[in-house]
Amino acid sequence: MTGVLARRNPVAKVAAALVFTVALVTTLDPVPPAVAIAIELAVVPLFGVRYRTLARRAWPLLISAAGVALTMVLFAAERTGDTVLRAGPIEVTTSVLSGALGLALRVVAIALPGVLVFASTDPTDLADALVQNVRAPYRFAIGALAAFRLVPLLGQEWQLLRLARRARGVDAGHNPIAAARLFVSTAFGLLVGAIRRGTRLAVAMDARGFDRGGPRSQARTQRFQAADAALVAGAVALAVAVLRIA
Amino acid sequence: MNNNRWRTVDVVVAAVLGVAFGVIFWAWGLLWDGPASAIPLPGRALIYGIWLVPAVLGPLVIRKPGAGIFTEFVAAIVSTFFGSPWGLVTLLYGLFQGAAGEFAFAATGYRSWRLPTAIVGGVLAGGAATLLDVINYYPDTSAAWKWAYAALLVLSSAVIAGVGGWALTRALAQTGVLDRFPAGRERALV
Amino acid sequence: MIRVKGFGWRHAGRKAWAVRGLDLRVERGERVLLLGPSGAGKSTLLAALAGLLAADSGESEGTVEVDGRVGIVFQDPETQIVMARAGDDVAFGLENHAVPAAEIWPRVDEALARVGFPYGRDRSTAALSGGEQQRLALAGALALRPDVLLFDEPTANLDPAGADLVRGALREALDPATTVVLVEHRVAEALPLVDRVVVIEPGGGIRADGPPDEVFATHGVRLAAEGVWVPGHPVEPRRAGARPGEGLLAAERATIRGRLPAVDLLVRSGEALAILGANGTGKSTLALLLGGLLKPDGGRIAATAALAGADAATPPHRWRAPALARRIGSVFQDPEHQFVTSTVYDELALGPRRTGLPDAAVKSTVDELLARLRLERLAGANPYTLSGGEARRLSVATALAAAPALLVLDEPTFGQDRRTWIELVDLLAGLRDEGRGIVTVTHDPDFVSVLADRTVRL
Repeated sequence: MTGVLARRNPVAKVAAALVFTVALVTTLDPVPPAVAIAIELAVVPLFGVRYRTLARRAWPLLISAAGVALTMVLFAAERTGDTVLRAGPIEVTTSVLSGALGLALRVVAIALPGVLVFASTDPTDLADALVQNVRAPYRFAIGALAAFRLVPLLGQEWQLLRLARRARGVDAGHNPIAAARLFVSTAFGLLVGAIRRGTRLAVAMDARGFDRGGPRSQARTQRFQAADAALVAGAVALAVAVLRIA
Repeated sequence: MNNNRWRTVDVVVAAVLGVAFGVIFWAWGLLWDGPASAIPLPGRALIYGIWLVPAVLGPLVIRKPGAGIFTEFVAAIVSTFFGSPWGLVTLLYGLFQGAAGEFAFAATGYRSWRLPTAIVGGVLAGGAATLLDVINYYPDTSAAWKWAYAALLVLSSAVIAGVGGWALTRALAQTGVLDRFPAGRERALV
Repeated sequence: MIRVKGFGWRHAGRKAWAVRGLDLRVERGERVLLLGPSGAGKSTLLAALAGLLAADSGESEGTVEVDGRVGIVFQDPETQIVMARAGDDVAFGLENHAVPAAEIWPRVDEALARVGFPYGRDRSTAALSGGEQQRLALAGALALRPDVLLFDEPTANLDPAGADLVRGALREALDPATTVVLVEHRVAEALPLVDRVVVIEPGGGIRADGPPDEVFATHGVRLAAEGVWVPGHPVEPRRAGARPGEGLLAAERATIRGRLPAVDLLVRSGEALAILGANGTGKSTLALLLGGLLKPDGGRIAATAALAGADAATPPHRWRAPALARRIGSVFQDPEHQFVTSTVYDELALGPRRTGLPDAAVKSTVDELLARLRLERLAGANPYTLSGGEARRLSVATALAAAPALLVLDEPTFGQDRRTWIELVDLLAGLRDEGRGIVTVTHDPDFVSVLADRTVRL
């Protein structure tokens, strides 16, 4: 994986992103998120992620941000300042606009670090780091990692289950109630298949000694080094600075 | 025999349930993001309950301490990987919601796995979600709006996650896939 | 090496004992093929030998003693793989056994080389074919240097090419000192690997035990009747009595980008068409196209008036689902994908009810199907509790319930024992002789030679 920061310890990356995220949750001022977004976009290449990849993964985020802003415009508690627009009972004032913008920026600023971290981190490396550096219980970490491998399979299975229902003569057309019922039926089929697979996987893992108990060795090593601590410290410093700007 | 120790099959199936729900959430998003966004908030809170099902289903199926937290958290991880718009905040949501649902079962000393406990789990998980949403996304709305949102969300969660989760466990048990779990032993011999 | 005395096991939640009164001795280095009809308890015995039957999951009798370490390879490649990279997956077992880190990777490389794994350690396990995944599973078991190796139908979920690769790996990779117990339904192909055959009686004990020739000479006929693929008992072809009828559905240069190159074919009534091709050539995609479930990127799928009446001008993927089910029935590779209700009866009644038939007519249609497919006894059972063969019959029956003129089946004989296989072939032959069109996507050469009137190779 390229990029100076991409090779840092996965737990350090998650911690850095989390620090930034939590800092931004504490403020409602529109300025810190704007600055934070600028910083976040600037470090994207350092994580070895291409802007195009980021855009692809982040566009649902932009839609949600717009939705949140809209809610604010419609339901704000306080409407002070000059009226900019009046649409029926809804009065859009400058305070409402700045509040909505601040909220939208906040949503993006909070979510972006997470998108970045997951775009530049390998799941196996993260699980290893959690077990070796943070002392997470290995059965849960590895169990979750093994289950995680089934994600693309289950995604394909979802599509197949939908097609199978159409082949049986079951479809929903434009009726929302029927669509909900079809959804539940498909979800049920997915869950049954997933549990079956999970049970078989558990047996295969036990067959290779997963439930032996006792000590376990590590094939891959994850180290938490000074550079990783520096990454987290850097994130803390940046977060504090961004909050100070407000 | 220590009944609270998680077997491998408990860990893997709890994780798989979380993963499957991560996929279900993604599919739900595909289906409803368009039409649902047209339903104005706070009304949209009525379909919120689905996000909280793992927090109740996990304990009902696995019946070990921590199942609510683990299952909901894994679902949140998968959601994040699928590109959930809330990034790492999703993980915090997962932990908090899972812990809230878990609390209902913990309060009975992990002895009751029946419908009332499931409903309480749904209510608590819904409460946790409301709290997070109001702090995170809707801090400037009116008090009336906040209460309406809370009421609808908690109702949705109690019905979809609580009652729905309980009914789902029974339906799954009927298929025989839960035979390695206590919920599956409660069905008739085949 | 292996001493089994009076062993019995009853799974929790079942009334009947899976295995009972089993006595077996296997010496070091022997290669045993374990046979028996479906449900005789072969998988249960292997699980017991591997120490995988948890005390809380059932009731046991008798004793099982195994000298040395046991490794096991299961049937489904996907659910044996734990990690995202091939090397990590082989290392998984070594980590669990606390093998020192410095020794792990050399042993991983050694195991991968022994099974002839064609890629390096960093290969993504999601990018492997079924045969490659099974070889990886074998490497994972071999890395632990087992004294006893068990195989539970290792090639059942693989196409013939993949199965050959795995058998090849088995031949090359095994140490002469390793004891092997193999359950394999493609008996003829397994014979070169074994020197002893043990036949288990359902519900109790060993029926036969000895060298393959002797066992098959004495018990061959009965075993074949019970569903074991005994070598030397071929199945009679079922040829069409009449000439094929009119065209029902045509694919005209139909293609899906990246999955299926352009295909031309015509499906006729009263004819069984088999679509063949290696893994990855797009057979399943073509089945979905013909079933009106996918939209072609190029070319088109066109139904004739004989099939679709007035709707012939619209492509099948635009038909409403109930109309589609009445004209083209699709049977998926995994029957469980198509279950939508909670009893067998309701599954069969779903189609007729949706077309608006009155209750009495629905009941008679369902009863007829139940009888035809020998599912009467299961009418109230939950579809997911059915055995493989029963589930397969149910999925074909549900496709038939809407009385379509055309049936499209994706790998219907996957992993079937001889009895269910023959039943299915007879059923399809009967449907063909009634005048329906049958399209099967398959990689089973026996199925093609017994039933197919025409083949198309992708």
